[in-house]
Amino acid sequence: MRDFWRRFRRNKGAVVGLLILVLVILLAATAPWLFPGSPWDMAAAPFMPPGEMDMLLGSDSLGRDVAAGIAHGARISLLVGAVSTVAALCIGVSLGAIAGYLGGVADDAVMRFTEFFQTIPSFVLAILLVAIFTPSIISVVFAIAIVSWPPVARVVRAEFLSLRSREFVQAAEVLGKTRLAIVLGDILPNALSPIIVLSSLMVASAILLESALSFLGLGDPNLMTWGFLIGAGRSVIRLAWWMSVFPGLAIFLTVLALNLVGEGLSDALNPRLARQRGGAA
Amino acid sequence: MTLLTVENLTVALPQGGDRPHAVEGISLSISAGEILCVVGESGSGKSITANAVMGLLPRGLPVTSGAIGFEGKDVLALSPEAMRRLRGSRMAMIFQEPMTALNPLMRVGDQIAEALRVHGAGADAAKRVPELLAAVNLPDPKAIARSHPFRLSGGQRQRVMIAMALALEPTLLIADEPTTALDVTTQMQILRLIREIQSRRGTGVMFITHDFGVVAEIADRVAVMQRGRIVEQGPAAEVLNHPQHPYTRALIAAVPHGAPDSRPQVTTAPVLDVKGVEKTYRRGGMFGARAVVRAVHDADFILRRGETLGLVGESGSGKSTLARCVVKLVEPETGTIAYHGTDLRPLSRNAWKPFRQRIQMIFQDPYASLNPRRKVGEAIAEGPITHGVARGKALAKARELLALVQLDPGAMERYPHEFSGGQRQRIGIARALAMEPELLIADEPVSALDVSVQAQVLALLADIRERLGLTMLFITHDLRVAAQVCDRVAVMQRGAIVEQGPTAEVFSAPQHPYTRQLLDSIPGRGWTPPAV
Repeated sequence: MRDFWRRFRRNKGAVVGLLILVLVILLAATAPWLFPGSPWDMAAAPFMPPGEMDMLLGSDSLGRDVAAGIAHGARISLLVGAVSTVAALCIGVSLGAIAGYLGGVADDAVMRFTEFFQTIPSFVLAILLVAIFTPSIISVVFAIAIVSWPPVARVVRAEFLSLRSREFVQAAEVLGKTRLAIVLGDILPNALSPIIVLSSLMVASAILLESALSFLGLGDPNLMTWGFLIGAGRSVIRLAWWMSVFPGLAIFLTVLALNLVGEGLSDALNPRLARQRGGAA
Repeated sequence: MTLLTVENLTVALPQGGDRPHAVEGISLSISAGEILCVVGESGSGKSITANAVMGLLPRGLPVTSGAIGFEGKDVLALSPEAMRRLRGSRMAMIFQEPMTALNPLMRVGDQIAEALRVHGAGADAAKRVPELLAAVNLPDPKAIARSHPFRLSGGQRQRVMIAMALALEPTLLIADEPTTALDVTTQMQILRLIREIQSRRGTGVMFITHDFGVVAEIADRVAVMQRGRIVEQGPAAEVLNHPQHPYTRALIAAVPHGAPDSRPQVTTAPVLDVKGVEKTYRRGGMFGARAVVRAVHDADFILRRGETLGLVGESGSGKSTLARCVVKLVEPETGTIAYHGTDLRPLSRNAWKPFRQRIQMIFQDPYASLNPRRKVGEAIAEGPITHGVARGKALAKARELLALVQLDPGAMERYPHEFSGGQRQRIGIARALAMEPELLIADEPVSALDVSVQAQVLALLADIRERLGLTMLFITHDLRVAAQVCDRVAVMQRGAIVEQGPTAEVFSAPQHPYTRQLLDSIPGRGWTPPAV
């Protein structure tokens, strides 16, 4: 574990990313104390530029505090990112594991099913799903999970295919272990590194997807989110730039941080590759 | 005339290595027309020595002291450009893995022509390339020159590499384990080829190997390396027959050797009766030609209680596939695999489960056969636990087994990567024994190990077999190992058993021409290691 941390630290960008991420999580966790009351309440006169009337980041067209919106929005954005990623992992890992371990007809069936999802433009499918199930946080999470599992399934399948023929898996077969025990006990732990790296990037893209849905007005109408803030500010962007810029910056920093952390994880989990990259530089 | 002199060469290792120097204070020399074999186990610094001479040391391994003289020039003082001109034209190298050393996208002839062109001799390449290919005894040089590397067999590729190395008629040839990745019959051909070219052209050869059989076959002089130092150096006959240094003695004693002793015929009841098993692999389909490989056919054998049957053959002969058929890792299309009269082949996964306790397997690669994320104790105990033994009891048993395979009980709580190859193979053996099997299948259990470790593991296997009364199916490509271990051998060629019988009989009076060819190809056949 200490070794892992040492390798992670070697990637400076990843440490910066982790720092930003921790700040965003802190912001989300302390939002009710930093900005008590509902972010939907009017707190000042409309269109106050940043710094005036105690509005750190200005107020929007209805006099709501943009800073409070960002802090409360961070909770929803992170929550949606995390929950939809977990859901996508559940689908992707199980299907990928079945395809990779069983091979043959099962593999063909699962992979054709996966490709079917990959051929549909994912954003259009997400819009469609949210529109059908009426916008709510649950339907948004569901839609994001449905469009983001196929890459997981493919990665897991590839890992399982190569691990399945390794001698330690064959040894487990010869010991008479059940298929489930082999998949969970022998193959999956050795396939974890790429899954962890991939999931950190999936959280980032889930946050982006959620923002895009909210921007189009397809987010949960009762919850404050970053995408909603940008969407609300876009019509008055020439009048009040701060309404769109600050939430945009929040999305940008969070997604960047997640990507940096993902890269750092990838280096730390594949020390051999990282060393080669370091050696070439 | 002395071609190459290495004096007091020391190459540093990066900090944190297991020793401060990769090689330390080594001195050696090679004259024209002489073959010097550098022998040692993995990690002894023999490849570093070769790379230092070629000026190919990686950045992290600087030469800290010593001198390398080649044809009167100080190699270490040469500029990279001068060194580059020297490489290929005056000294050339052949590598262990002929597939990775050739560019897979370039025709073989073009690659040799390129080597000529780089050194300004490209003009007559069209004429020289077929000549060179003919010189390394490749049939139909014109056709070979036009083919891509993947069309050629391992032995053919190694010949191409040699042709390329010889293209500019270098005076020094460095061969880094050039035959290790090859089958014995091919190895013998390559060794003869190097010997022939060397005597025809008077080239000096530095031949790096770990195999004393190969040394006996080819060397004029020998340098034995241990942990970065040369511990013994001298004429081949001297070192091979009267080794002085204890390490050389230990290495030579570990070489499996000697004619197989004739053992009493085993007439107990059969444990395993394999009849008519066939496994065919089909590739391609729908479009294009279907490639059909008959991996196993006509390979009937009977294994009796308490005996050890060796399955020997070259790579691709189907010996591993046959063994994997027995434990259902590969499912054959037809045939019966009768274990004490029960046909195992049609059994389902569940019906097989009781037999898993009776039939166990040891794998070839000690680095791949243990789950890297599971502690050693757990790995050994998991078989019995799967079959319903209480956890505490299984772990206690694992501790006993570690003692049986001569490992410290403290190993229980450690992960596989903390152990050496030989130790891991012992763990693999303990894992198989934890099931208290009657039949043990050993798939090349020692071929990934250094010769001294190999001897220890073989001794351990013999001891355990004796003590527990195991029946064993022993798969190996090394006839010397088979002669030492097996009561009977079955020789496989292209998926079929071509000859089987008591080991002593097969070795002294081989019937099948292929068996004879295999036996003739054992490196160092004419050399009997001295008793030390």
